[in-house]
Amino acid sequence: MNVTENIESQRLSFWEKIYLPEIVKGMALTLKQMFEPKMTRQYPEERFEPTGSYRGRPVLVLDESGERCVACGLCSRVCPAIAIEVQAAETEREKERFPVKFEINMLRCILCGFCEEVCPEEAIVMSKDYEMVFENREDGILGKDKLLVPIAQLQDRLEYLRSHQYYEH
Amino acid sequence: MYAPLIEETLIAAIKVVILLFGVVLPGASACVYFERKISAWIQQRIGPNRVGPLGLLQPIADVVKLLLKEDIVPAAADKKFHFLAPLISITIAVAVFAVIPFGNYVLIGNTYTYLSIAPHLNVSVLYVLALTSIGVYGITLAGWSSNNKYSLLGGLRSASQMISYELSMGLSLIGVLMIGGSLNLNELVIAQSGLKWNVFYQPLGFLIFMIASYAETNRSPFDLPEAEPELVGGYHTEYSGMKFGIFFLAEYANMIAASAMMVTFFFGGWQVPFLPEILGLHDGDLLLGLLQLGAFTAKVAVFLFIFIWVRWSLPRFRYDQLMNLGWKVLLPLALLNIAVTGTVMFFLK
Repeated sequence: MNVTENIESQRLSFWEKIYLPEIVKGMALTLKQMFEPKMTRQYPEERFEPTGSYRGRPVLVLDESGERCVACGLCSRVCPAIAIEVQAAETEREKERFPVKFEINMLRCILCGFCEEVCPEEAIVMSKDYEMVFENREDGILGKDKLLVPIAQLQDRLEYLRSHQYYEH
Repeated sequence: MYAPLIEETLIAAIKVVILLFGVVLPGASACVYFERKISAWIQQRIGPNRVGPLGLLQPIADVVKLLLKEDIVPAAADKKFHFLAPLISITIAVAVFAVIPFGNYVLIGNTYTYLSIAPHLNVSVLYVLALTSIGVYGITLAGWSSNNKYSLLGGLRSASQMISYELSMGLSLIGVLMIGGSLNLNELVIAQSGLKWNVFYQPLGFLIFMIASYAETNRSPFDLPEAEPELVGGYHTEYSGMKFGIFFLAEYANMIAASAMMVTFFFGGWQVPFLPEILGLHDGDLLLGLLQLGAFTAKVAVFLFIFIWVRWSLPRFRYDQLMNLGWKVLLPLALLNIAVTGTVMFFLK
């Protein structure tokens, strides 16, 4: 028979069996812990500043010539949470397509970053904004007015994306 | 028959009020605060610091929260006993304080005022032991009357734990009683004057008493009656609002009482080493009384700190380990302690 015994009385040495030295060791450890520096961040006062690799709320890039988005709808197609809705329209300008409606439902968004990855124009990127609080469900659906962010604020993320991209756009 | 004077009754009543609102409630809220602070420090956190300066008002916020919460009584519960259980717990926990000597006596005018409610009770050790055993009724009743299997298991565990540790607790004290020669707590403290603390003569007895106290107060590592991973909340699963708050208060009151007992039996109670001789104080001086009160409080605070420190350091015992420790280790050791103490005392006399 292949029976292995693993009885506490056999596993432990004499000093372990009388508990007390081990208890003293454990208590000494926790006493030492009490004087270690604290890990807590006092949130509203001390804010967390993310680096470029942070995936916060997705936003639309607004550069010098206006919004970059050409309303191809790839982000909407790839979104696993079906959070993005795009309606395209046309203008007389050289870059003729633009989204007449672009909505991200932040109640559905899972911050996966697929939209950013699939975007051919580098028009939708993840920002550093992590404070996504809404007072009602309607406020959770962000339109273009809340999504468009000047490119100057997104430099960290764009640099990160360029230094980590796997293929040329 | 001895008939107490009206003044004496009045003084005792005043003492009870001072005890309740000056010792038990502030002591329990200080314990709650430091429990949270120390647990935070051990886990490298800061702990409550938002309510009031340094978070000192946190216990008040906790109590307000508990008072405002809905008090739910399960439909299948035995309403009367469900209501009675927390009351038994708190009554017993507070009643122990009646015999604790916070100091010797103070001479005010011509009357001796003892810093204790019942200083002359000649069986106060028995009184304490009896009350701590009754305390388990509150918990067992809470477990049974909730009509919830987890609560019942918690209550049962509490009862079996009590039986296993009560014996060793009582036996570990016999050595102290043999040395002190009295069953009165104040006289036991007086017998320890001049740094003749019992812990130096009875180290094993102290260890057994301390372990048994942890088991009696249902504190970690013996908190099996409320083991969260197995029993949801144990005996207080079905309690909410202020009824739960009262169990909470009773737990901390028990902790303070147990610490006070350890100090009284083994660490010289209110005895202040060296200082009275240096300052030239006599028995009955107000300053000496205050010093004794301060020394007692400081000693109790140290033991309360150890209570909290142990809770956040040690894992919970398994049920069979608990029983092994109680019956196969502590009980024989307590008996051995009595035998050794008796033999030594016999030959030294």
